Amino acid sequence: MRVTVIDYKAGNLTSVLKTLKHLGAEPVVTDGDLSLVESAERIVLPGVGHFAATERLDATGLTSAIRAAIARGVPFLGICVGMQWLYAGSTEAPQQPGLGAFAEFCSRFPDGSEKVPHVGWNSLEVRQGLRLLAGVELGEFVYFTHSYKGPVTADTAAVTEYIEPFAAAVERANVMGVQFHPEKSGETGLKILRNFLEWQAKGAAC
Amino acid sequence: MLTKRIIACLDVHAGRVVKGVQFVDLIDAGDPATQAARHAREGADEIVLLDITATHEGRQTLLDTVRRTARELFVPFCVGGGIRTARDAEQVFEAGADKVSINSAALADPNLISAIGSSFGAQAVVVAIDARRDPAAADPVREAQVYAQGGRHPVGRTVVEWAREAEQRGAGEILLTSMDADGTRAGFDCELTAAVSEAVGIPVIASGGAGAVTHFADVFSRGKAHAALAASIFHFGVSTSRSLKEELAQAGIPVRLPC
Repeated sequence: MRVTVIDYKAGNLTSVLKTLKHLGAEPVVTDGDLSLVESAERIVLPGVGHFAATERLDATGLTSAIRAAIARGVPFLGICVGMQWLYAGSTEAPQQPGLGAFAEFCSRFPDGSEKVPHVGWNSLEVRQGLRLLAGVELGEFVYFTHSYKGPVTADTAAVTEYIEPFAAAVERANVMGVQFHPEKSGETGLKILRNFLEWQAKGAAC
Repeated sequence: MLTKRIIACLDVHAGRVVKGVQFVDLIDAGDPATQAARHAREGADEIVLLDITATHEGRQTLLDTVRRTARELFVPFCVGGGIRTARDAEQVFEAGADKVSINSAALADPNLISAIGSSFGAQAVVVAIDARRDPAAADPVREAQVYAQGGRHPVGRTVVEWAREAEQRGAGEILLTSMDADGTRAGFDCELTAAVSEAVGIPVIASGGAGAVTHFADVFSRGKAHAALAASIFHFGVSTSRSLKEELAQAGIPVRLPC
């Protein structure tokens, strides 16, 4: 299966590409070629770095193309900053809007006795376990590295606790996001990516 | 709950894992890709590959090694040794590393930290610090000194101050090696690790001195470390990360299990 991987020039795609290939997918990368989004079967937006870097998605027209692809029902997975981008925005770069698929804003972990960023393996409490997180047991561990996070809402597919509970995974219809790095999360991460690659929208034409 | 990480460290020379005391009497300990995959399978939370080949020709061998090692590795993978420029780091990332560890090059040019961080994110930059207590100082721990060039030369700065600067310049983690403890197998320098961990807001990885499970429990609790490096105790199948973590769990340390 072909997977369109979005590159907004803020980090290293090697790990994500390698993992998708390992799972039998054929990733194709676009940093502005909209035809690869228009013809996409699956879209992955990996992300590290600063939320402000997502400005490039607007500048290249990728935001509009992704919005249209999502409206067509193309399964979309945002990873880390790629998940945060699905919200209305982030306090990391308040002037930069996100896609707005989820109405809330991402915010920084509060300062206190714990380190920010949140780095390492933390456990998932799965709330919607039928699709992206199918087969993921309570307490399975995944690898995080981030300072900003989305709030827990009805769209939250899994909750993780660090300083406070936050959205470790989010999903609504064909739009999905994970705050952790499934490509770095061992067997659990591979299982989640495989779920994404195999997920079929209900009623989708074959 | 966020768990404490056990990081398996592979010293690599000319494309092979080596084991030795103070980098002498090196024994061949296998193929890096095979060893890294084995550690991941046996429960390591992360893999660090440290290239101790100091030659220019060695760079290409290293990139090949990183590429081969990364191919079947699905846990975080950090590469250190000989990374002197942002371009060096970029090549290592392109070969499949998730993080780079920089040491002497960051001391020589602290801008390297932000140069790598601005392109690849702070989470990708680990600043490694070789530290030695200063026995002549009023407070040997707070005034522990930074050493460069594989621990040969003191640079005239305290560890706490350099760790703070590294954080400010955009390092994502500190890898702190106690040269006093390294090779002794008598335990980590918990006082030094705690002093650095309290001074910075980023995670600190403790290294040097591990010889028993209790040493890991100590450095996670008393030493306030977020992760610990394990090298020699794993070689030749002596112990696995999984068994180490099972014992740590019994001692009340949060670890990733089952793994």
